[in-house]
Amino acid sequence: MNRYYWILGAFAALVALLAIGLNLNPRDVPSPLVGKPAPAFNLNVLETPEKMIGPKDMQGKVWLFNVWSSWCVSCRAEHPVLVEFSKKANVPLIGLNYKEVRGDGNFDVSKMPADEEKKLAFQRANQWLAQHGNPYTLTVMDIDGRVGIDYGVYGVPETYVVDKTGIIRMKHTGPISPDVLAQKIMPLLAELNK
Amino acid sequence: MTRYILIALFIFGAFFRSTVTFADAATEAAMAADPVAEKRLQKLSEELRCLVCQNQTIADSNAELAQDLRREVRTMIKDGKSDKEIVDFMVTRYGDFVLYRPPVKGITLLLWGGPIALMLLGLFLLQRYLRSRATRINAEEQPLSAADASRADALLKELDPK
Repeated sequence: MNRYYWILGAFAALVALLAIGLNLNPRDVPSPLVGKPAPAFNLNVLETPEKMIGPKDMQGKVWLFNVWSSWCVSCRAEHPVLVEFSKKANVPLIGLNYKEVRGDGNFDVSKMPADEEKKLAFQRANQWLAQHGNPYTLTVMDIDGRVGIDYGVYGVPETYVVDKTGIIRMKHTGPISPDVLAQKIMPLLAELNK
Repeated sequence: MTRYILIALFIFGAFFRSTVTFADAATEAAMAADPVAEKRLQKLSEELRCLVCQNQTIADSNAELAQDLRREVRTMIKDGKSDKEIVDFMVTRYGDFVLYRPPVKGITLLLWGGPIALMLLGLFLLQRYLRSRATRINAEEQPLSAADASRADALLKELDPK
C-alpha cells in the first residue's frame, strides 16, 4: 500500500512540474540587459530630423523607452495606454520607431534607395502619430533595426525602464496593459524617482 | 546480468542517436563566393535560436529577425570576429535563450541532468522489481514439504473418493 502512495506522490510531482511549465509564458524571455547600461545609439529624431540623440542625453532622468512601429498591430492596442500615461506621468517617454519601412511586409527595401526609405519612414511615422495621438516626448528612428538588435528587440512593442544613471531596470515584452502599467511600471518609476 | 546491460544499451542508443538536421538556410549570393565564410555562417546560424519562432534556429527560420541576425553574423565574420565573439555578441543581447544548445550551469542543471537522473531511477526500479520477481518465482518452485504433500493427498482423496 505504501508503495502506491509513493507512486502517486511521484506522479503528482510530475503533474505539478508540467503545470508550472505550461503556465510560464514562453515569450517572456528574461533580458540579459536588465541591470546593464542602456546600449548607446545616436539616431535621428522624428520631430527634428536634423538632430540626433542617444541615451547619454537622458542622463540624470528616469525615462521610458518604447519600441513601436506603424505596422505593428499590438502597438495599436497599447497606444491608448501610453497616451493616457503621457498625460498623467511626468516621466519622459522616448519612442524607438523600429524598422518602419523594411519591417512592413509590403515593401521590398532591397530595391529601394536608402534616402527614399528614410523619407518614407519619417512620413509614415509622423502620419501614424498624427492619426493616433502622440504620447512620446520624442521618437528616434531606427530605420534598419540595428539599434533594435543592440537592445535585444525580438517582438514589437517592447518597453524599457532606464534609471538616472542610464541602467536598464526593467524590460516588458508585448503591449503594456493598464494592469502592467499600474502594478509594475508606475511603482518602479516612483521608486527610481525618489 | 547481460539482460540489464542490453536494456541499458538500448536506452542509451535511443538517447544519444544523432539528430539529423535538414537545414534549409536561404543561401544568399553575397558570400557564395566565399565557401569557408558561408560554412561558418551556416554552422553559427544552426547554434542560434530565432526568438520570434522560438523552436527554430536562425538557419531554419525566414522570420525578419532571423534574417537580420544572419546579416549581423555575416558582417561579423567579414570583420574577422571569432566564433566565440559572435556568440557572445548574441548572448549579451538576447541572453542564454538565444543558444540552441543551452550552456551547462547551475540554472540549467535540471534540464541537462533531469533526463539522465530519471533514466537511472527507472533502471534502478526496474532492477529492483526484476530481482524481487525472480526470488518470488524461485520460492514458488520449491517442492512441497512432506506435511503439505500428505495434506494435499488427503484433500484430493476427499474430492474424488474411489
